Amino acid sequence: MTPAIAPAGGKASSIPMMGGTPEPTIFDLSVAGRRCGTLRDTGIEIIDPASQLPPEYLRDAPLELAEVSERDLVGHYTRLTHRQFSVDLGFYPLGSCTMKYNPKLADQVAAIPGIANVHPLAPVSLIQGWLEICCTLEDYLTEITGMAAATLAPAAGAQGELTGLLIMEAYHRSKGNSKTKVLIPDSAHGTNPASVTLAGYRAVTVPSNSRGLVDVEALAGFVDEEVAGIMLTNPNTVGLFEAEIAEIAALIHSVDGLLYYDGATLNAIVGVARPGDMGFDIVHSNLHKTFATPHGGGGPGSGPVAVAAHLAKFLPGPYPVRTENGFDVAYPEASIGRVHSFFGNAVVYARALAFMKALGGDGLAMMSRLAVLNANYLKAKIAPYYPAAYETTCMHEFVVTVAKIKKDSGVRALDIAKALLDEGFHAPTVYFPLIVEEALMIEPTETESRQTLDAFAESLIEIAMRTEDSDAAASMHDAPSKTPASRVDEARAARHLVTSVDARN
Amino acid sequence: MSGFTPHTQAEITSMLEFLSLSSLDELYDSIPQALLLSRSLNLPEGRSEVEVIEEFEDLAARNSPVSKELLCFAGGGAYDHDLYAATKALGSRSEFVTAYTPYQPEVAQGVLQALFEYQTMVSRLSGLAITNASLYDGSSALVEAINLACARTKRSRVIISEGVNPSWREVAATFSSGPGHQLELAHLDSSGCTIWPANTSEVAAFVVAYPNFLGLIEEISAARQLASAAGALLIVAYDPIATSLLKSPGALGADVAVAEGQPLGIPLSFGGPYLGLFSTTLELVRYLPGRLVGETLDTRGNRAYVTTLRAREQDIRREKASSNVCTNQTLMAIWAAIQLSWLGTSGYREIGLKCLSGRAYLTDSLKRRGVGEVRLGRGSFREFPLTIEKSPSQVVEDMASRGFLAGVALEGRLAISNFDSSLLIAVTEKRTKSQIDSFVDALVEVLK
Ligand SMILES: Cc1ncc(COP(=O)(O)O)c(C=O)c1O
Repeated sequence: MTPAIAPAGGKASSIPMMGGTPEPTIFDLSVAGRRCGTLRDTGIEIIDPASQLPPEYLRDAPLELAEVSERDLVGHYTRLTHRQFSVDLGFYPLGSCTMKYNPKLADQVAAIPGIANVHPLAPVSLIQGWLEICCTLEDYLTEITGMAAATLAPAAGAQGELTGLLIMEAYHRSKGNSKTKVLIPDSAHGTNPASVTLAGYRAVTVPSNSRGLVDVEALAGFVDEEVAGIMLTNPNTVGLFEAEIAEIAALIHSVDGLLYYDGATLNAIVGVARPGDMGFDIVHSNLHKTFATPHGGGGPGSGPVAVAAHLAKFLPGPYPVRTENGFDVAYPEASIGRVHSFFGNAVVYARALAFMKALGGDGLAMMSRLAVLNANYLKAKIAPYYPAAYETTCMHEFVVTVAKIKKDSGVRALDIAKALLDEGFHAPTVYFPLIVEEALMIEPTETESRQTLDAFAESLIEIAMRTEDSDAAASMHDAPSKTPASRVDEARAARHLVTSVDARN
Repeated sequence: MSGFTPHTQAEITSMLEFLSLSSLDELYDSIPQALLLSRSLNLPEGRSEVEVIEEFEDLAARNSPVSKELLCFAGGGAYDHDLYAATKALGSRSEFVTAYTPYQPEVAQGVLQALFEYQTMVSRLSGLAITNASLYDGSSALVEAINLACARTKRSRVIISEGVNPSWREVAATFSSGPGHQLELAHLDSSGCTIWPANTSEVAAFVVAYPNFLGLIEEISAARQLASAAGALLIVAYDPIATSLLKSPGALGADVAVAEGQPLGIPLSFGGPYLGLFSTTLELVRYLPGRLVGETLDTRGNRAYVTTLRAREQDIRREKASSNVCTNQTLMAIWAAIQLSWLGTSGYREIGLKCLSGRAYLTDSLKRRGVGEVRLGRGSFREFPLTIEKSPSQVVEDMASRGFLAGVALEGRLAISNFDSSLLIAVTEKRTKSQIDSFVDALVEVLK
């Protein structure tokens, strides 16, 4: 018989718990008194906080955090990574998100101490390299989008939208225009209407026509003196180019409205066509999409906004500028104000600029062409089983509808997404855009090989064929089964709200 | 950089043939000729990755990072704390770095659980039950807090203390114009405490910082009483390192607590990417901006995580959503959670003690040597204003040439009333006794 010993408390952490096994929380691994390491010795004697701070504000007891060894810590987070899909692991055709491969050179750039360890409030004489990075990236973006000036500050696309709409508002105010509404197609991403409201305008939804495009005639019916502008993506969210964009621009400009370009889909047209040449006045780009900066499990992103010359004076500050004596920081004369605590998600700029410099102008143009080639190739391959919502040549992504599969077999877009997870692929975006019934929005990106596209197409087709058998179709409601978690009960999460370990009971 | 795209010429040809196309350009037939760019982009040619990295090394050489050659005593919302090797190593794992928003929870348990644990930690720091999965930075967290308070109270008047970071106040002003919030500034007195207005009718929220931008502790209870009397919410902008020694904002009655999470293991990064911390009460959860991770079960009955209460968000509520945030700062949230777990209960407290002790050592020494006027108000944690006779920005320049980032000049847009001609100085656990001694020596010389 083994000698008796009291339980150690906590859970063993060195036993591999690979992908499929639930991982305890870091708090479950905690054992009182354990720690990862010591802090540096400053040579300064530790004083009593009560001698320095108002006693009534001092904590009664230390704040409890997990108490683990570094080995436990590393084991825990490493096992969590085994339960996580990522671009580096495999194909991630999440429409509208441009999950392209993120070249590692940018990681190395981001880690250079003169990039990573610079204080944002250091005097300009100490940040000349950073200001040059900012100015150069602005130049690249204005060339790519066909605009005159840019701000890098918005931290993501949505913040870029709001920044752009406030610029729109400042423009109208400066001209004495009284505008109340912004037009948005019914295919738009949710951030667009949400941003319109936050900018103080009313969002007015414009219907798309049967070809998935803005219906210019219908649009004319919405255009009046109260229209501040329109927000469009081009290509739009069904992956089609709005060929009548010049007519749309003329219509909006005829009431002194402005055109806002949501750059989420810029990956289709870099070096091919430019929003500025199409008549757009304000353009945001998503560095975390088009320019290959990693998505970070949900962020950070970066949403620079570029504008036409007559809007440059409204850009947010502080603003890096070139002067005769190097770089400086300024505020545009009629600036809408500051939009970020400092200069925005700066390290993301360095990554994006490194990517752009590596590809060069021609490489960027080839990037877009191959993104469009991949999308059309995949679309054609699966077309017999997954009809595209709209037949024409798509840009860098496309939307298929599984409405017929659902009608015939009861298998929904969501079930197909889950079945794909079992095949080792990330799922496409589902149920967006809202104008397509049972939508799968597929964006392969240019970094996937033909072999990967073929394998994905085969899996998709095999899944479609499975739906023809009623038993197999029924079992698809239970997919996935090979993933770290099986289908997750979302309704229960909302019903029994537990958003921290301390809320469990 | 050929190799970024995998296609061989033969593959491109075969794929085009499959599509019955003869060139890549034909893919763009739906774009009217007049809109096609008829030239190449006016950008430099591509280069190999080693050349690009060298180019950035040259650019980086024209920056002065904080280092042994430039000892950092600057804060002002961005602090030079130690970053542990495990935080960097684990936070750089590509499963976290190259994933996106966990739309498919069955293959995103890693990010979801890391966020759930992050929410737990930040709820403990803030003392408030509900924490979201991050916002862009401290200033965007403040903006969302103001929007929440105005939505909740159906009022638009917001009283904001001058002790809130001036840059955050600028951001709040920018984003208040759309919804039509009225921001009113409550100035600081010469001890660094907010002078709240007498008329508090129809106030949606009082915003106070803890410690404030000057590093000083204010009467949070006074603000709480005013808020309660006015039927307003109390928004507290806190410092997530100071809470190692100080009571949490929630314990002091905050309805919403926001913070800049950068001090929790995120490099200075020229100001971003940083991390907006946002916490509120369970009662206000339906007004919460951003994503929220909840615990649930999968069909096998195993514990699993998923984003929850999604009906608040822009993709579902669209123009009726109270926030437009989509992409957030998840990776930075994961870094913060790893760093906090590395520190653990005792390490976290020790950081606070070392910051406080270092700050006290510096201020004692400045007082002893008669350097400027050290202003500690009702108490300072790791930062304080030093009022001096020379121009603070000039002093920063002079100190830089001696190897110190001496602080943040409270001038121009960072000016604070009653604190003219002052330098804001911060001491973290990184600063040793001998570094502080040489800092004081240099400052004595520069101020002579
Ligand atoms: C079409 C479209 N617009 C806007 C956005 C919002 O961008 P972000 O998530 O960077 O805020 C997205 C993001 O997915 C998008 O797909």
